[in-house]
Amino acid sequence: MLSPTFLRNLLCSMLFIPAALLSISASATDTDRFAHLHGQLNIAGGTAHIPVMKQAARAIMTANPDIRITIAGGGSGVGAQQAAKGLAEIGNTGRALKPAEAAQGLVSFPFAIDGVAVILNPTNPVKALSSQQVADIYAGKITNWQTLGGADKTINLFTRDEASGTRAVFVKKLLHNGSVVTKANVVPSNGAMKTAVARDPAAIGYSSVGYIDNTVVAPTLDGIHPSNEACANGHYPVVRKLYMNTKGEPQGLTRAFIDFIYSPQGAGYIRSSGYIPLAQQ
Amino acid sequence: MIADKRPPLNRGNVTGSDRLAALLPWLAGGVFGTIVAVFLLLGYFALPVLFDGNITLFSPIWRPEQGQYGIMAMVMASVMLAILASLIALPLAVGICGLCLFPQYRRIAALLRALMRLMAGVPTVVYGIAAVFLLVPWLRDTLHYGSGFCLLAAILMVVILILPVMIMLLDSHCRVLMQQLYPTASALGMTSSQIILHLILPSSRPVLAASTLLGLSRAIGDTLLPLMLAGNAPQLSANLLDSMRTLTAHIALVLATDSHSAEYNSLFAAGLLLLSVSTVTTILIRTITTRSGARSPQS
Repeated sequence: MLSPTFLRNLLCSMLFIPAALLSISASATDTDRFAHLHGQLNIAGGTAHIPVMKQAARAIMTANPDIRITIAGGGSGVGAQQAAKGLAEIGNTGRALKPAEAAQGLVSFPFAIDGVAVILNPTNPVKALSSQQVADIYAGKITNWQTLGGADKTINLFTRDEASGTRAVFVKKLLHNGSVVTKANVVPSNGAMKTAVARDPAAIGYSSVGYIDNTVVAPTLDGIHPSNEACANGHYPVVRKLYMNTKGEPQGLTRAFIDFIYSPQGAGYIRSSGYIPLAQQ
Repeated sequence: MIADKRPPLNRGNVTGSDRLAALLPWLAGGVFGTIVAVFLLLGYFALPVLFDGNITLFSPIWRPEQGQYGIMAMVMASVMLAILASLIALPLAVGICGLCLFPQYRRIAALLRALMRLMAGVPTVVYGIAAVFLLVPWLRDTLHYGSGFCLLAAILMVVILILPVMIMLLDSHCRVLMQQLYPTASALGMTSSQIILHLILPSSRPVLAASTLLGLSRAIGDTLLPLMLAGNAPQLSANLLDSMRTLTAHIALVLATDSHSAEYNSLFAAGLLLLSVSTVTTILIRTITTRSGARSPQS
Protein backbone atom coordinates (compact mmCIF):
# COMPACT_ATOMS: atom_id res chain seq x y z
CA MET A 1 0.00 0.00 0.00
CA LEU A 2 2.98 2.34 -0.30
CA SER A 3 2.02 5.12 -2.68
CA PRO A 4 4.72 6.75 -4.82
CA THR A 5 4.09 10.07 -3.04
CA PHE A 6 4.66 8.46 0.32
CA LEU A 7 7.92 6.91 -0.87
CA ARG A 8 9.06 10.21 -2.31
CA ASN A 9 8.24 12.00 0.95
CA LEU A 10 10.06 9.31 2.92
CA LEU A 11 13.10 9.64 0.70
CA CYS A 12 13.03 13.41 1.04
CA SER A 13 12.80 13.24 4.78
CA MET A 14 15.64 10.71 4.96
CA LEU A 15 17.78 13.04 2.88
CA PHE A 16 16.67 15.87 5.10
CA ILE A 17 17.58 14.24 8.43
CA PRO A 18 21.35 14.82 8.19
CA ALA A 19 20.66 18.43 7.28
CA ALA A 20 18.35 18.78 10.24
CA LEU A 21 20.96 17.23 12.54
CA LEU A 22 23.54 19.63 11.19
CA SER A 23 21.29 22.58 11.92
CA ILE A 24 20.73 21.31 15.48
CA SER A 25 24.46 21.11 16.08
CA ALA A 26 24.80 24.61 14.62
CA SER A 27 22.07 25.82 16.95
CA ALA A 28 23.94 24.36 19.90
CA THR A 29 26.79 26.74 19.19
CA ASP A 30 24.62 29.79 18.45
CA THR A 31 22.45 29.41 21.56
CA ASP A 32 25.56 28.74 23.71
CA ARG A 33 25.85 32.43 24.48
CA PHE A 34 22.66 32.10 26.60
CA ALA A 35 24.06 29.29 28.79
CA HIS A 36 24.74 31.40 31.91
CA LEU A 37 21.98 33.95 31.39
CA HIS A 38 18.55 34.14 32.97
CA GLY A 39 15.74 36.63 33.31
CA GLN A 40 13.12 38.28 31.19
CA LEU A 41 13.44 40.01 27.84
CA ASN A 42 10.52 42.07 26.52
CA ILE A 43 10.27 42.82 22.82
CA ALA A 44 7.62 45.11 21.32
CA GLY A 45 6.88 47.09 18.18
CA GLY A 46 6.90 46.41 14.45
CA THR A 47 4.68 43.52 13.41
CA ALA A 48 6.85 42.61 10.40
CA HIS A 49 9.57 41.55 12.87
CA ILE A 50 7.38 39.12 14.78
CA PRO A 51 8.02 35.95 12.68
CA VAL A 52 11.81 36.32 13.17
CA MET A 53 11.55 37.22 16.87
CA LYS A 54 9.22 34.29 17.53
CA GLN A 55 11.52 31.68 16.00
CA ALA A 56 14.55 33.11 17.80
CA ALA A 57 12.69 33.26 21.13
CA ARG A 58 11.52 29.66 20.78
CA ALA A 59 15.05 28.40 20.06
CA ILE A 60 16.54 30.37 22.96
CA MET A 61 13.87 29.39 25.48
CA THR A 62 14.15 25.72 24.47
CA ALA A 63 17.93 25.82 24.96
CA ASN A 64 17.68 27.76 28.23
CA PRO A 65 14.45 27.48 30.28
CA ASP A 66 15.69 30.19 32.69
CA ILE A 67 15.06 32.82 30.05
CA ARG A 68 11.60 34.24 29.32
CA ILE A 69 11.08 36.26 26.17
CA THR A 70 7.82 38.10 25.48
CA ILE A 71 6.96 39.48 22.06
CA ALA A 72 4.29 42.11 21.48
CA GLY A 73 3.27 44.00 18.35
CA GLY A 74 1.88 47.50 18.20
CA GLY A 75 3.74 48.96 15.24
CA SER A 76 7.00 50.84 14.82
CA GLY A 77 5.81 53.85 16.83
CA VAL A 78 5.12 51.62 19.82
CA GLY A 79 8.52 49.94 19.40
CA ALA A 80 10.39 53.24 19.70
CA GLN A 81 8.10 54.45 22.50
CA GLN A 82 8.41 51.32 24.65
CA ALA A 83 12.18 51.04 24.24
CA ALA A 84 12.65 54.74 25.11
CA LYS A 85 10.49 54.44 28.22
CA GLY A 86 12.23 51.25 29.32
CA LEU A 87 9.03 49.20 29.08
CA ALA A 88 10.68 46.88 26.55
CA GLU A 89 14.36 46.01 26.28
CA ILE A 90 14.09 45.80 22.48
CA GLY A 91 11.74 48.02 20.47
CA ASN A 92 11.36 47.02 16.85
CA THR A 93 10.84 49.52 14.06
CA GLY A 94 10.29 48.95 10.36
CA ARG A 95 11.80 52.33 9.58
CA ALA A 96 14.77 54.40 10.71
CA LEU A 97 14.14 56.30 13.96
CA LYS A 98 12.66 59.77 13.70
CA PRO A 99 14.96 62.48 15.12
CA ALA A 100 12.68 62.96 18.15
CA GLU A 101 12.85 59.22 18.88
CA ALA A 102 16.62 58.96 18.43
CA ALA A 103 17.06 61.95 20.75
CA GLN A 104 15.83 59.79 23.66
CA GLY A 105 19.05 57.81 23.58
CA LEU A 106 18.00 54.90 21.36
CA VAL A 107 20.58 52.79 19.56
CA SER A 108 19.51 51.09 16.30
CA PHE A 109 20.47 47.66 14.99
CA PRO A 110 19.37 47.08 11.38
CA PHE A 111 19.24 43.32 10.85
CA ALA A 112 17.19 42.62 7.72
CA ILE A 113 15.91 44.05 4.46
CA ASP A 114 12.20 43.72 3.79
CA GLY A 115 10.13 44.63 0.80
CA VAL A 116 6.65 46.11 1.06
CA ALA A 117 4.34 44.74 -1.61
CA VAL A 118 0.82 45.34 -2.79
CA ILE A 119 -1.33 42.30 -1.99
CA LEU A 120 -4.54 41.12 -3.63
CA ASN A 121 -7.02 38.32 -3.08
CA PRO A 122 -5.89 35.13 -4.94
CA THR A 123 -9.17 35.11 -6.93
CA ASN A 124 -8.44 38.56 -8.37
CA PRO A 125 -7.55 38.21 -12.09
CA VAL A 126 -5.37 41.34 -11.98
CA LYS A 127 -1.77 40.08 -11.84
CA ALA A 128 0.19 43.20 -12.78
CA LEU A 129 0.02 46.84 -11.67
CA SER A 130 2.13 49.89 -12.39
CA SER A 131 3.23 52.15 -9.54
CA GLN A 132 1.15 54.94 -11.12
CA GLN A 133 -1.94 52.70 -10.98
CA VAL A 134 -1.30 51.88 -7.31
CA ALA A 135 -0.92 55.59 -6.52
CA ASP A 136 -4.17 56.35 -8.38
CA ILE A 137 -6.03 53.56 -6.55
CA TYR A 138 -4.91 54.87 -3.15
CA ALA A 139 -5.68 58.47 -4.15
CA GLY A 140 -9.22 57.38 -4.98
CA LYS A 141 -8.88 58.09 -8.73
CA ILE A 142 -9.34 54.46 -9.82
CA THR A 143 -12.30 52.92 -7.98
CA ASN A 144 -13.30 49.87 -10.05
CA TRP A 145 -11.33 46.71 -10.82
CA GLN A 146 -12.71 46.81 -14.39
CA THR A 147 -10.43 49.80 -15.16
CA LEU A 148 -7.46 47.52 -14.41
CA GLY A 149 -8.72 44.53 -16.39
CA GLY A 150 -10.48 42.83 -13.49
CA ALA A 151 -14.09 42.11 -12.64
CA ASP A 152 -16.73 44.87 -12.45
CA LYS A 153 -16.32 45.39 -8.70
CA THR A 154 -15.63 48.42 -6.53
CA ILE A 155 -12.10 48.35 -5.14
CA ASN A 156 -12.04 47.91 -1.37
CA LEU A 157 -9.03 49.81 -0.07
CA PHE A 158 -7.08 48.72 3.00
CA THR A 159 -4.30 50.72 4.62
CA ARG A 160 -2.31 50.67 7.86
CA ASP A 161 -2.48 53.04 10.84
CA GLU A 162 -0.17 56.04 11.20
CA ALA A 163 2.16 54.22 13.60
CA SER A 164 3.04 51.60 10.99
CA GLY A 165 6.52 51.47 9.50
CA THR A 166 5.07 49.46 6.61
CA ARG A 167 2.69 52.35 5.89
CA ALA A 168 5.52 54.88 6.13
CA VAL A 169 7.59 52.99 3.52
CA PHE A 170 4.59 52.37 1.26
CA VAL A 171 3.51 56.03 1.27
CA LYS A 172 7.06 57.32 0.81
CA LYS A 173 8.44 54.92 -1.78
CA LEU A 174 5.38 53.78 -3.73
CA LEU A 175 2.92 56.65 -3.43
CA HIS A 176 5.79 59.20 -3.42
CA ASN A 177 4.22 60.87 -0.38
CA GLY A 178 0.87 61.04 -2.11
CA SER A 179 -2.21 60.87 0.04
CA VAL A 180 -4.35 57.89 0.97
CA VAL A 181 -8.05 58.61 0.50
CA THR A 182 -9.90 58.82 3.84
CA LYS A 183 -12.49 56.17 2.94
CA ALA A 184 -9.79 53.47 3.04
CA ASN A 185 -10.19 50.85 5.80
CA VAL A 186 -7.45 51.00 8.42
CA VAL A 187 -6.06 47.80 9.96
CA PRO A 188 -3.60 47.76 12.87
CA SER A 189 -1.11 45.02 11.85
CA ASN A 190 0.44 43.06 8.97
CA GLY A 191 -1.51 40.02 10.11
CA ALA A 192 -4.85 41.84 10.13
CA MET A 193 -4.07 43.19 6.66
CA LYS A 194 -3.43 39.69 5.32
CA THR A 195 -6.64 38.34 6.90
CA ALA A 196 -8.71 41.19 5.47
CA VAL A 197 -7.33 40.82 1.92
CA ALA A 198 -7.41 37.01 2.00
CA ARG A 199 -11.15 37.10 2.71
CA ASP A 200 -12.26 39.88 0.37
CA PRO A 201 -12.13 39.25 -3.42
CA ALA A 202 -12.27 43.00 -4.19
CA ALA A 203 -9.62 44.09 -1.68
CA ILE A 204 -6.27 45.73 -2.21
CA GLY A 205 -3.77 46.15 0.61
CA TYR A 206 -0.06 46.13 1.22
CA SER A 207 2.14 44.20 3.59
CA SER A 208 5.63 43.21 4.44
CA VAL A 209 6.93 40.66 1.86
CA GLY A 210 7.63 38.28 4.74
CA TYR A 211 3.91 37.99 5.42
CA ILE A 212 2.94 36.93 1.89
CA ASP A 213 1.86 33.29 1.70
CA ASN A 214 -0.65 31.41 -0.44
CA THR A 215 -3.68 33.17 1.09
CA VAL A 216 -2.83 36.41 -0.75
CA VAL A 217 -0.98 37.21 -3.98
CA ALA A 218 1.45 39.99 -4.79
CA PRO A 219 0.95 41.37 -8.32
CA THR A 220 4.05 42.45 -10.26
CA LEU A 221 4.89 46.12 -9.82
CA ASP A 222 6.03 47.77 -13.06
CA GLY A 223 6.79 44.25 -14.29
CA ILE A 224 8.89 43.23 -11.29
CA HIS A 225 7.81 40.44 -8.95
CA PRO A 226 8.48 41.50 -5.34
CA SER A 227 10.65 38.48 -4.52
CA ASN A 228 13.48 38.32 -1.99
CA GLU A 229 16.03 38.38 -4.81
CA ALA A 230 14.48 41.48 -6.40
CA CYS A 231 14.48 43.19 -3.00
CA ALA A 232 18.11 42.23 -2.31
CA ASN A 233 19.55 43.28 -5.66
CA GLY A 234 17.65 46.56 -5.75
CA HIS A 235 15.39 45.82 -8.72
CA TYR A 236 12.29 46.09 -6.53
CA PRO A 237 12.24 49.64 -5.18
CA VAL A 238 9.84 49.47 -2.22
CA VAL A 239 12.24 48.16 0.42
CA ARG A 240 13.19 49.14 3.93
CA LYS A 241 15.38 47.91 6.75
CA LEU A 242 14.03 46.24 9.86
CA TYR A 243 15.60 47.57 13.06
CA MET A 244 15.93 46.47 16.66
CA ASN A 245 16.35 49.46 19.00
CA THR A 246 17.65 49.58 22.56
CA LYS A 247 17.92 52.36 25.11
CA GLY A 248 21.67 52.92 25.24
CA GLU A 249 24.19 50.19 24.39
CA PRO A 250 22.60 46.79 25.09
CA GLN A 251 23.93 44.65 27.96
CA GLY A 252 23.60 41.06 29.13
CA LEU A 253 20.58 39.19 27.83
CA THR A 254 19.60 41.98 25.43
CA ARG A 255 23.11 42.01 23.94
CA ALA A 256 23.08 38.20 23.61
CA PHE A 257 19.71 38.28 21.85
CA ILE A 258 20.85 40.90 19.35
CA ASP A 259 24.07 38.95 18.66
CA PHE A 260 21.96 35.81 18.20
CA ILE A 261 19.81 37.54 15.55
CA TYR A 262 23.05 38.32 13.65
CA SER A 263 24.36 34.73 14.05
CA PRO A 264 24.06 32.12 11.25
CA GLN A 265 21.05 30.62 13.03
CA GLY A 266 19.39 34.03 13.34
CA ALA A 267 20.07 34.67 9.66
CA GLY A 268 18.33 31.37 8.92
CA TYR A 269 15.23 32.60 10.76
CA ILE A 270 15.37 35.91 8.89
CA ARG A 271 15.52 34.05 5.55
CA SER A 272 12.76 31.60 6.46
CA SER A 273 10.57 34.58 7.43
CA GLY A 274 11.00 35.98 3.93
CA TYR A 275 13.57 38.71 4.62
CA ILE A 276 17.19 39.25 3.67
CA PRO A 277 19.66 39.18 6.60
CA LEU A 278 22.06 42.08 7.11
CA ALA A 279 25.53 41.77 8.67
CA GLN A 280 26.23 43.34 12.06
CA GLN A 281 27.90 46.74 11.68
CA MET B 1 -32.70 50.18 48.34
CA ILE B 2 -30.09 47.50 48.53
CA ALA B 3 -29.19 48.16 52.20
CA ASP B 4 -28.85 45.00 54.25
CA LYS B 5 -31.19 45.22 57.26
CA ARG B 6 -30.24 41.87 58.81
CA PRO B 7 -28.40 41.94 62.15
CA PRO B 8 -24.66 41.23 61.88
CA LEU B 9 -24.07 37.48 61.80
CA ASN B 10 -20.95 37.48 63.95
CA ARG B 11 -21.72 39.53 67.03
CA GLY B 12 -18.53 38.60 68.86
CA ASN B 13 -16.40 40.42 66.29
CA VAL B 14 -17.89 43.89 66.64
CA THR B 15 -14.55 45.63 67.05
CA GLY B 16 -13.27 44.09 63.79
CA SER B 17 -16.26 45.23 61.78
CA ASP B 18 -16.09 48.65 63.48
CA ARG B 19 -12.51 49.01 62.40
CA LEU B 20 -13.55 48.03 58.88
CA ALA B 21 -16.35 50.59 58.97
CA ALA B 22 -13.88 53.26 60.03
CA LEU B 23 -11.67 52.26 57.12
CA LEU B 24 -14.42 52.53 54.49
CA PRO B 25 -14.59 56.35 54.23
CA TRP B 26 -10.83 56.38 53.63
CA LEU B 27 -11.14 53.76 50.88
CA ALA B 28 -14.02 55.66 49.31
CA GLY B 29 -11.99 58.85 49.56
CA GLY B 30 -9.07 57.11 47.85
CA VAL B 31 -11.25 55.99 44.96
CA PHE B 32 -12.76 59.47 44.66
CA GLY B 33 -9.30 61.01 44.73
CA THR B 34 -8.11 58.68 41.96
CA ILE B 35 -11.04 59.65 39.76
CA VAL B 36 -10.38 63.34 40.36
CA ALA B 37 -6.69 62.74 39.58
CA VAL B 38 -7.57 61.10 36.25
CA PHE B 39 -9.74 64.11 35.36
CA LEU B 40 -7.05 66.58 36.37
CA LEU B 41 -4.33 64.67 34.51
CA LEU B 42 -6.36 64.45 31.30
CA GLY B 43 -7.40 68.08 31.66
CA TYR B 44 -3.80 69.15 32.24
CA PHE B 45 -2.70 67.46 29.01
CA ALA B 46 -5.87 68.17 27.01
CA LEU B 47 -6.47 71.85 27.75
CA PRO B 48 -3.34 73.15 25.99
CA VAL B 49 -4.36 71.07 22.94
CA LEU B 50 -7.94 72.36 23.08
CA PHE B 51 -6.73 75.96 23.05
CA ASP B 52 -3.90 75.46 20.57
CA GLY B 53 -4.74 77.43 17.45
CA ASN B 54 -2.52 75.19 15.29
CA ILE B 55 -4.36 71.98 16.23
CA THR B 56 -7.91 72.27 14.95
CA LEU B 57 -9.65 69.51 16.90
CA PHE B 58 -13.17 70.50 15.98
CA SER B 59 -12.84 69.82 12.28
CA PRO B 60 -13.85 66.64 10.47
CA ILE B 61 -10.47 66.31 8.72
CA TRP B 62 -7.92 63.93 10.23
CA ARG B 63 -4.78 64.09 8.12
CA PRO B 64 -1.84 64.01 10.52
CA GLU B 65 0.70 64.06 7.68
CA GLN B 66 -0.66 67.47 6.65
CA GLY B 67 -1.01 68.73 10.22
CA GLN B 68 -4.79 68.40 10.43
CA TYR B 69 -6.00 66.76 13.63
CA GLY B 70 -9.79 67.02 13.49
CA ILE B 71 -11.63 64.44 15.58
CA MET B 72 -15.22 65.37 14.71
CA ALA B 73 -15.57 62.49 12.22
CA MET B 74 -14.68 60.11 15.05
CA VAL B 75 -17.04 61.82 17.51
CA MET B 76 -19.83 61.52 14.93
CA ALA B 77 -19.15 57.79 14.40
CA SER B 78 -19.11 57.15 18.16
CA VAL B 79 -22.39 58.99 18.65
CA MET B 80 -24.03 57.10 15.76
CA LEU B 81 -22.78 53.78 17.08
CA ALA B 82 -23.92 54.42 20.66
CA ILE B 83 -27.36 55.81 19.83
CA LEU B 84 -28.24 53.25 17.15
CA ALA B 85 -26.94 50.30 19.16
CA SER B 86 -28.96 51.25 22.23
CA LEU B 87 -32.06 52.00 20.12
CA ILE B 88 -31.85 48.50 18.62
CA ALA B 89 -31.02 46.87 21.95
CA LEU B 90 -33.84 48.54 23.92
CA PRO B 91 -36.85 46.83 22.26
CA LEU B 92 -34.94 43.54 22.24
CA ALA B 93 -34.18 43.86 25.94
CA VAL B 94 -37.80 44.76 26.76
CA GLY B 95 -39.07 41.84 24.68
CA ILE B 96 -36.74 39.26 26.20
CA CYS B 97 -37.30 40.60 29.73
CA GLY B 98 -41.08 40.54 29.18
CA LEU B 99 -40.96 36.95 27.93
CA CYS B 100 -39.05 35.93 31.06
CA LEU B 101 -41.89 37.25 33.26
CA PHE B 102 -44.64 34.95 31.94
CA PRO B 103 -45.19 32.12 34.46
CA GLN B 104 -45.65 29.58 31.65
CA TYR B 105 -42.15 30.36 30.27
CA ARG B 106 -40.40 29.84 33.62
CA ARG B 107 -38.04 27.20 32.21
CA ILE B 108 -37.12 29.19 29.11
CA ALA B 109 -36.63 32.21 31.36
CA ALA B 110 -34.19 30.34 33.60
CA LEU B 111 -32.28 29.26 30.51
CA LEU B 112 -32.27 32.80 29.08
CA ARG B 113 -31.07 34.28 32.38
CA ALA B 114 -28.21 31.78 32.51
CA LEU B 115 -27.37 32.62 28.89
CA MET B 116 -27.37 36.37 29.63
CA ARG B 117 -25.03 35.89 32.60
CA LEU B 118 -22.73 33.86 30.35
CA MET B 119 -22.86 36.45 27.55
CA ALA B 120 -22.09 39.29 29.96
CA GLY B 121 -18.79 37.59 30.71
CA VAL B 122 -17.67 36.78 27.16
CA PRO B 123 -14.57 38.83 26.21
CA THR B 124 -15.42 41.26 23.39
CA VAL B 125 -12.53 39.99 21.29
CA VAL B 126 -14.36 36.66 20.92
CA TYR B 127 -17.36 38.45 19.43
CA GLY B 128 -14.96 40.43 17.28
CA ILE B 129 -13.23 37.38 15.82
CA ALA B 130 -16.53 35.61 15.16
CA ALA B 131 -17.85 38.72 13.39
CA VAL B 132 -14.71 39.15 11.26
CA PHE B 133 -15.11 35.63 9.94
CA LEU B 134 -18.93 35.39 9.75
CA LEU B 135 -20.69 38.76 9.83
CA VAL B 136 -18.28 40.84 7.72
CA PRO B 137 -18.19 38.46 4.71
CA TRP B 138 -21.96 38.01 4.98
CA LEU B 139 -22.55 41.78 4.91
CA ARG B 140 -20.17 42.15 1.96
CA ASP B 141 -21.86 39.40 -0.06
CA THR B 142 -25.47 40.35 0.70
CA LEU B 143 -25.20 44.13 0.47
CA HIS B 144 -22.79 44.35 -2.50
CA TYR B 145 -21.37 47.52 -1.00
CA GLY B 146 -17.89 48.04 0.34
CA SER B 147 -15.72 45.55 2.15
CA GLY B 148 -18.17 44.54 4.88
CA PHE B 149 -16.06 46.41 7.45
CA CYS B 150 -18.53 49.14 8.29
CA LEU B 151 -20.27 50.91 11.14
CA LEU B 152 -23.27 48.60 10.76
CA ALA B 153 -21.13 45.53 11.51
CA ALA B 154 -19.83 47.19 14.67
CA ILE B 155 -23.35 48.29 15.70
CA LEU B 156 -24.77 44.77 15.35
CA MET B 157 -22.02 43.28 17.52
CA VAL B 158 -22.22 46.09 20.09
CA VAL B 159 -25.95 45.31 20.40
CA ILE B 160 -25.00 41.76 21.39
CA LEU B 161 -22.44 43.19 23.80
CA ILE B 162 -24.78 45.58 25.63
CA LEU B 163 -27.92 43.43 25.53
CA PRO B 164 -27.06 41.15 28.52
CA VAL B 165 -26.40 43.97 31.00
CA MET B 166 -29.51 45.86 29.85
CA ILE B 167 -31.64 42.73 30.27
CA MET B 168 -30.12 41.87 33.64
CA LEU B 169 -30.82 45.36 34.96
CA LEU B 170 -34.40 45.34 33.66
CA ASP B 171 -35.04 41.78 34.79
CA SER B 172 -33.80 42.32 38.35
CA HIS B 173 -36.37 45.11 38.71
CA CYS B 174 -39.34 43.56 36.86
CA ARG B 175 -39.00 40.11 38.41
CA VAL B 176 -39.47 41.41 41.97
CA LEU B 177 -42.37 43.55 40.84
CA MET B 178 -44.03 40.60 39.13
CA GLN B 179 -43.69 38.44 42.26
CA GLN B 180 -45.32 41.19 44.33
CA LEU B 181 -48.15 42.02 41.94
CA TYR B 182 -48.99 38.68 40.38
CA PRO B 183 -51.12 37.09 43.19
CA THR B 184 -53.31 40.20 43.65
CA ALA B 185 -53.59 41.09 39.99
CA SER B 186 -54.42 37.56 38.85
CA ALA B 187 -56.97 37.23 41.67
CA LEU B 188 -58.60 40.34 40.20
CA GLY B 189 -58.84 38.48 36.91
CA MET B 190 -55.91 40.08 35.01
CA THR B 191 -54.04 37.88 32.56
CA SER B 192 -50.25 37.71 32.61
CA SER B 193 -49.97 39.89 29.49
CA GLN B 194 -52.25 42.49 31.07
CA ILE B 195 -50.18 42.56 34.24
CA ILE B 196 -46.95 42.98 32.28
CA LEU B 197 -48.32 45.56 29.82
CA HIS B 198 -50.40 47.70 32.18
CA LEU B 199 -48.71 47.34 35.56
CA ILE B 200 -45.11 46.35 35.24
CA LEU B 201 -43.97 48.14 32.09
CA PRO B 202 -45.41 51.56 33.06
CA SER B 203 -43.84 51.44 36.51
CA SER B 204 -40.49 50.36 35.02
CA ARG B 205 -40.03 53.49 32.93
CA PRO B 206 -37.14 54.90 35.01
CA VAL B 207 -35.37 51.52 34.96
CA LEU B 208 -35.87 51.40 31.19
CA ALA B 209 -34.24 54.80 30.89
CA ALA B 210 -31.39 53.75 33.19
CA SER B 211 -30.72 50.55 31.26
CA THR B 212 -30.76 52.46 27.96
CA LEU B 213 -28.22 54.90 29.35
CA LEU B 214 -26.11 52.03 30.65
CA GLY B 215 -26.20 50.47 27.18
CA LEU B 216 -25.34 53.83 25.65
CA SER B 217 -22.32 54.38 27.85
CA ARG B 218 -21.04 50.84 27.31
CA ALA B 219 -21.54 51.25 23.54
CA ILE B 220 -19.65 54.53 23.42
CA GLY B 221 -16.84 53.13 25.54
CA ASP B 222 -16.24 49.84 23.76
CA THR B 223 -13.01 49.87 21.78
CA LEU B 224 -12.28 46.47 20.39
CA LEU B 225 -15.46 45.79 18.39
CA PRO B 226 -15.37 49.06 16.40
CA LEU B 227 -11.59 48.68 15.98
CA MET B 228 -12.01 45.18 14.54
CA LEU B 229 -15.22 45.70 12.58
CA ALA B 230 -15.99 49.31 11.66
CA GLY B 231 -13.10 49.64 9.19
CA ASN B 232 -11.54 52.68 10.93
CA ALA B 233 -11.61 55.09 7.97
CA PRO B 234 -11.42 58.59 9.48
CA GLN B 235 -14.20 59.95 7.32
CA LEU B 236 -17.46 61.78 7.95
CA SER B 237 -20.36 59.76 6.59
CA ALA B 238 -24.01 59.17 7.39
CA ASN B 239 -24.05 55.85 5.49
CA LEU B 240 -23.96 52.97 7.96
CA LEU B 241 -22.35 50.78 5.30
CA ASP B 242 -19.28 53.01 5.10
CA SER B 243 -16.08 52.31 6.95
CA MET B 244 -15.87 54.61 10.00
CA ARG B 245 -13.65 55.18 13.03
CA THR B 246 -14.99 55.65 16.54
CA LEU B 247 -13.23 57.80 19.11
CA THR B 248 -12.13 54.78 21.15
CA ALA B 249 -10.72 52.96 18.10
CA HIS B 250 -9.04 56.23 17.13
CA ILE B 251 -7.22 56.44 20.45
CA ALA B 252 -6.15 52.79 20.17
CA LEU B 253 -4.81 53.33 16.64
CA VAL B 254 -3.03 56.64 17.20
CA LEU B 255 -1.62 55.78 20.64
CA ALA B 256 1.02 53.80 18.79
CA THR B 257 2.54 56.85 17.09
CA ASP B 258 5.57 58.84 18.12
CA SER B 259 4.76 60.18 21.59
CA HIS B 260 6.16 63.66 20.97
CA SER B 261 3.92 64.45 18.03
CA ALA B 262 0.90 66.74 17.89
CA GLU B 263 -1.32 63.82 16.83
CA TYR B 264 -0.39 62.03 20.05
CA ASN B 265 -1.24 65.09 22.15
CA SER B 266 -4.62 65.41 20.44
CA LEU B 267 -5.54 62.07 22.02
CA PHE B 268 -5.75 63.63 25.47
CA ALA B 269 -8.57 65.83 24.24
CA ALA B 270 -10.33 62.76 22.82
CA GLY B 271 -9.83 60.96 26.14
CA LEU B 272 -11.23 63.91 28.11
CA LEU B 273 -14.25 63.98 25.81
CA LEU B 274 -14.93 60.26 26.37
CA LEU B 275 -14.46 60.52 30.13
CA SER B 276 -16.87 63.47 30.28
CA VAL B 277 -19.51 61.57 28.29
CA SER B 278 -19.30 58.51 30.55
CA THR B 279 -19.36 60.64 33.71
CA VAL B 280 -22.47 62.51 32.53
CA THR B 281 -24.27 59.25 31.67
CA THR B 282 -23.30 57.71 35.02
CA ILE B 283 -24.67 60.74 36.88
CA LEU B 284 -27.86 60.54 34.80
CA ILE B 285 -28.28 56.82 35.58
CA ARG B 286 -27.75 57.50 39.29
CA THR B 287 -30.31 60.32 39.29
CA ILE B 288 -32.91 58.26 37.46
CA THR B 289 -32.54 55.11 39.59
CA THR B 290 -32.58 57.06 42.87
CA ARG B 291 -35.74 58.85 41.83
CA SER B 292 -37.33 55.57 40.67
CA GLY B 293 -36.52 54.04 44.08
CA ALA B 294 -38.63 56.74 45.75
CA ARG B 295 -41.50 56.15 43.37
CA SER B 296 -41.57 52.36 43.13
CA PRO B 297 -44.53 50.53 44.72
CA GLN B 298 -42.25 48.81 47.28
CA SER B 299 -41.78 51.97 49.31
